[in-house]
Amino acid sequence: MTTAVSAGGPATTPDRPTPHTEPASRFAGRPRYGELVIRLLLRIAAAVTVVTTVGILIALAIPSIGFFAEVPVLEFLFGTRWAPRFADASFGVVPLVTATAWTTLLALLVAVPLGLGAAIFLAEYASPRLRKVLKPILEILAGIPTVVYGFFALQFMQTTVFRDWANLPTGAFSVLAAGLVMGVMIVPTIASISEDSMSAVPQAMRQGSAALGANRMQTTLRVVFPAALSGIVAAMVLGVSRAVGETMIVAIAAGNQARLVANPLEAGQTMTGFIANAALGDSRVGSIEYDTLFAVGLLLFLITLLINFISIRFVRRFREAY
Amino acid sequence: MRTLGGTIDGAIRPERPLASGTNGERRPAPLTFLVLLWLSLVVAFGVLVTLIVTIIIDGQGQFTGRLLSEYPASSPDRAGARPAILGSAWVIATTAIMTIPLGIAAAVHLEEFADKRNWFNRMIELNVQNLAAVPSIVYGLLALAFLSLLGVRDKNIVIGGALALSLLILPVIIIATREALRAVPTEIREGSLALGATQWQTTWRQTLPSAVPGIATGSILALSRALGEAAPLLVLGALVFVSFDPSGILSGYTTLPIQIFNWTGRPQEGFHQLAAATSVLLLGVLVLMNGLAIYIRNRFQKRW
Repeated sequence: MTTAVSAGGPATTPDRPTPHTEPASRFAGRPRYGELVIRLLLRIAAAVTVVTTVGILIALAIPSIGFFAEVPVLEFLFGTRWAPRFADASFGVVPLVTATAWTTLLALLVAVPLGLGAAIFLAEYASPRLRKVLKPILEILAGIPTVVYGFFALQFMQTTVFRDWANLPTGAFSVLAAGLVMGVMIVPTIASISEDSMSAVPQAMRQGSAALGANRMQTTLRVVFPAALSGIVAAMVLGVSRAVGETMIVAIAAGNQARLVANPLEAGQTMTGFIANAALGDSRVGSIEYDTLFAVGLLLFLITLLINFISIRFVRRFREAY
Repeated sequence: MRTLGGTIDGAIRPERPLASGTNGERRPAPLTFLVLLWLSLVVAFGVLVTLIVTIIIDGQGQFTGRLLSEYPASSPDRAGARPAILGSAWVIATTAIMTIPLGIAAAVHLEEFADKRNWFNRMIELNVQNLAAVPSIVYGLLALAFLSLLGVRDKNIVIGGALALSLLILPVIIIATREALRAVPTEIREGSLALGATQWQTTWRQTLPSAVPGIATGSILALSRALGEAAPLLVLGALVFVSFDPSGILSGYTTLPIQIFNWTGRPQEGFHQLAAATSVLLLGVLVLMNGLAIYIRNRFQKRW
């Protein structure tokens, strides 16, 4: 179950020096051209990942240039009306951003306490045997397809719980249902990375704390938690990144009217929701509708890129700590 | 930390503790804290159980052979998910063929050959970490732009979807393969090199075979992520009415998650039941794939 830990990623391997100059070639006699070709192919395979990033940047930037030739950047970033397909088209992205902010905020309200609680329990309280049972179950949450979460958010959360049971004043869709269910989806991401960083805190620090008379709660909150803080922050930042980029839950349950969302019981369209919905209509390549997709995609990519680099920096810091 | 929970057993145990070490665990605050920790797990698992139970209840009326054998239709009583099942199989198989060799090759380069001090290799490392967290829908936009560049008019083709999903799971496979390679002890490599094997011979005959279980586990998990993914395919126009079996990599297709999305959005209750039943089917396949991955890991993983 590697899904949730993916962004923690491998750092360097300090224990094994990589022999990059040919170690045996002094005795090999003749140069092995076949192996040089293989090495070149391996290097090319690794370079594909860089090509992907460059490809993403170019793919998003070129249509965006076409878009911003017609719509001024400031009007795009600060305009408060999003109606790209209307006769009097308007391209203010603020409504999409507010909906994304709402779903992200709601998701974090669920995912941060639940994820941290689960991580603390697994790292500090659970016996190894209990942990072996609980961790895989938690990881199942990360393996459920987001479209199934979307179905659950719309059919159960919104329709059954909010409207039928709680009688909340809400329509067919709401950012509340989408955000809360998205939070559950993010719990394993936050739990897994936070647990890793708490487990990395040396045992001696806990023993020192216990020797001074602290109980487990005091040790956890005042010794382990501060020591693992950079990893925990990285986990939360990565959670934000996943929430901002999540598409299917919001496309199904949050609705598709782009408007300023003032109240979580309202429907709203997020940036990802717009891209998913607009792509359904067949847009001609080079038309303003087509370019709009990529302009919103570029904004989304830049936001998540920024968030990811913050997260990677925090992970680096906690890895260096001990 | 786990050893600290027990009380001090033994002969020299005082009547009343001098310090409040472990006994402090029984005070209201630590107890409340522990209850809250339990509660966070209970809520998470409760949602998981509720989700599974509700989709099984919603879909129970539609668990028939028709779901597997019929094509989508305008009436929920006649509709099935046959093209979506076949479409998912085509797309995932194509994705696997495209991305697994590439991911393993990239990981072998980074782990076995690359000079870690080289700026280019360090950039690749950072880049892989970042790519793993790029929103999936962005990969859909990338594939859309790429197909437009090639002048492909109908972008709803198996190879297009597979391209988007391949790039999406490539970092996941690279990261998993690197972890598997790193778990192979250095002594194996040194022994091989000492016997006169070249570095590539060592990698191909010693390191890679030892890492196969880990690589297989990581690849299956990555493919199961691709199987459940819908957003990039949505951007490529996979939400279409497909009433034929996909027949090749240039064929039109729809997939299980897209079919679920489609049926969820219909107003009729019958389609919602179909969406639930298809969700159960999709979850079943994912559980099988995850089970296979865990089986491979436990059965074949070497412990050094």
